[in-house]
Amino acid sequence: MNRLQVELPGLTLKNPIMPASGCFGFGREFSKLYDIGQLGAIMIKAATLEPRFGNPTPRVAETPGGMLNAIGLQNPGVEKIMAEELPWLQQFDVPIIANIAGSTVEDYVSVAEKISAAPNVHALELNISCPNVKTGGIAFGTDATTAMELTRKVKAASAVPVYVKLSPNVTDIVEIAKAVEMGGADGITMINTLLGMRIDLQSGEPLLANRTGGLSGPAIKPVAIRMVYEVSRNVSIPIIGMGGVASAEDALEFLYAGASAVAVGTQNFVDPFACPSIIEELPRLLDRLGLSTVKECIGRSWKSNEPIAHHCP
Amino acid sequence: MAIIKDICTVIRVKKIADSIFEMVLEGRIADEVENPGQFIHIRVTEGNAPLLRRPVSIAAVDKKNHRLTIIFRSGGQGTLLLSRKVPGETLDILGPLGNGFPVDKVDSGGTAILAGGGIGVPPLYGLGLKLREQGVKVISVLGFQTAESVFYQDEFASLGETYIATVDGTSGTKGFVTDVLNERGFEADILYTCGPLPMLRALEAGDYARETYLSMEERMGCGIGACFACVCRKKDDPNGHSYKKVCSDGPVFKAGEVLI
Ligand SMILES: Cc1cc2nc3c(=O)[nH]c(=O)nc-3n(C[C@H](O)[C@H](O)[C@H](O)COP(=O)(O)OP(=O)(O)OC[C@H]3O[C@@H](n4cnc5c(N)ncnc54)[C@H](O)[C@@H]3O)c2cc1C
Ligand SMILES: Cc1cc2nc3c(=O)[nH]c(=O)nc-3n(C[C@H](O)[C@H](O)[C@H](O)COP(=O)(O)O)c2cc1C
Ligand code: FES
Repeated sequence: MNRLQVELPGLTLKNPIMPASGCFGFGREFSKLYDIGQLGAIMIKAATLEPRFGNPTPRVAETPGGMLNAIGLQNPGVEKIMAEELPWLQQFDVPIIANIAGSTVEDYVSVAEKISAAPNVHALELNISCPNVKTGGIAFGTDATTAMELTRKVKAASAVPVYVKLSPNVTDIVEIAKAVEMGGADGITMINTLLGMRIDLQSGEPLLANRTGGLSGPAIKPVAIRMVYEVSRNVSIPIIGMGGVASAEDALEFLYAGASAVAVGTQNFVDPFACPSIIEELPRLLDRLGLSTVKECIGRSWKSNEPIAHHCP
Repeated sequence: MAIIKDICTVIRVKKIADSIFEMVLEGRIADEVENPGQFIHIRVTEGNAPLLRRPVSIAAVDKKNHRLTIIFRSGGQGTLLLSRKVPGETLDILGPLGNGFPVDKVDSGGTAILAGGGIGVPPLYGLGLKLREQGVKVISVLGFQTAESVFYQDEFASLGETYIATVDGTSGTKGFVTDVLNERGFEADILYTCGPLPMLRALEAGDYARETYLSMEERMGCGIGACFACVCRKKDDPNGHSYKKVCSDGPVFKAGEVLI
């Protein structure tokens, strides 16, 4: 038995660790550094119907323990991704989770229809939480009814399970989570970045050309953990958790909070070997804590207050 | 050439001008360096602040001893931490990154101008060494703010004619690199440059050599081409979807290729 294996709708993951969308491109660069076939899954960069250039630079700024980004969903468009990136990714034995974004409901539906037909796309990640585009993105993720409607339409168009990526920039994330569950979501991924801003002291202007950007990295982990904890107790669909994961310990914390798998974003920039390191470390961490499988860790923070049984692996 | 992550040892740190430090590092990355103008991505702390790596050009490489020299200005949090490293300490470094300057565009016996501004000067030194090795005549024109910030004047002088410009006139010609070039009117086959954007723009617009290559800077995330933080537009498609990534397609571009 593979003690790291987890099962989610559409996804049999050999381990619960995957790179988060936008932090791994389409895998080409990282494939030169290590065998990306060892990843649990890959969440590819957002696909939109038409190619997008994204925002002007500077697109990144730093904050203690985190970074702000305003890339603006730059991508070559769904056609090109399907013609060039997805076929290339087929050489690896890794399920692909395709992140999709759009400005209108029709955009989302159309991208979902197209990209879900690719043989290695095992699930969609419906991005209703990008804070860096003027239209679409987060606008669909901050209102429960809108989020539910969009989920329903995308779900109807998609050939594979649909995970909805939630934004933390809402008053009540549980309300949105319940709404997308009602809309037919097969799972939830969370969290996307927190809207933030930095101002340059010399010029007096915002550091980012887009003025605002999304905060990610270790700084947001406690927010993400709290939200995964709350959402997982209130929905019955699985969650892929993310936000500041830098180590196997962080990943376990997300599992404990209620996530069934964990994505690594910003840490890929800090340490491009972050994902394989975490995958390698995870069994050792389980051993140290007397845990036998990843599965038994899921939701431990609220499922049971009993001491963990000590199994021998 | 492969990009690797290596734990490099700090061999030497020396202040060589006002806020300017020269650091010698030892590690396997030196073995992988292909072209002058490539850079390394340095993790300046094992902690979380600052979180991101810092891109710094390779100023010179000594393959025999597996050593790299970098030269940086200590200003912000990251470079300040870097300047405080002492010999024997280690640094987590990713590299070599980027394409570097093409050194095969000028024949032996030809003339190359190296035009550097401030902290853009370092990669030109390694380039000059390489060009000299290939029998190319090197003319260096280096611009700084003031006399206290001038560095590597002697090193460049050992490669060939070297001219200094300072904004306040405290060393060399008063003014900019372009003032020296306009005044002297060198005949050159190729011009290589690295420095602040206004300088790059002026050199691109001017007619100083048959061909011009410029090294760009942009804020980076990954440094390897995966995050789209560092893109710039292509000159032939200023409003479209074409782009180049400074980290992986650059940092060196042929003049006219990207919008600066
Ligand atoms: C390809 C390349 C080569 C470089 N080579 C050199 C070199 O040889 N010597 C040298 O002194 N500097 C070089 N720089 C600039 C160097 O990266 C910055 O000076 C450094 O990142 C500043 O970090 P800091 O923490 O001190 O400053 P802060 O201002 O506190 O940095 C904040 C953030 O902005 C980024 N940043 C700030 N200035 C720059 C800049 N000019 N370019 C890109 N990112 C920046 C930092 O990386 C960091 O993420 C190079 C930059 C690039 C892109
Ligand atoms: C540079 C960058 C680009 C991103 N691009 C996307 C994207 O295209 N689609 C998306 O859903 N999330 C995107 N994200 C958000 C991440 O997938 C992730 O949700 C977030 O960064 C939190 O995780 P982290 O703290 O581990 O980075 C991006 C994040 C960063 C830092
Ligand atoms: S820094 Fe990530 S693509 Fe260039």
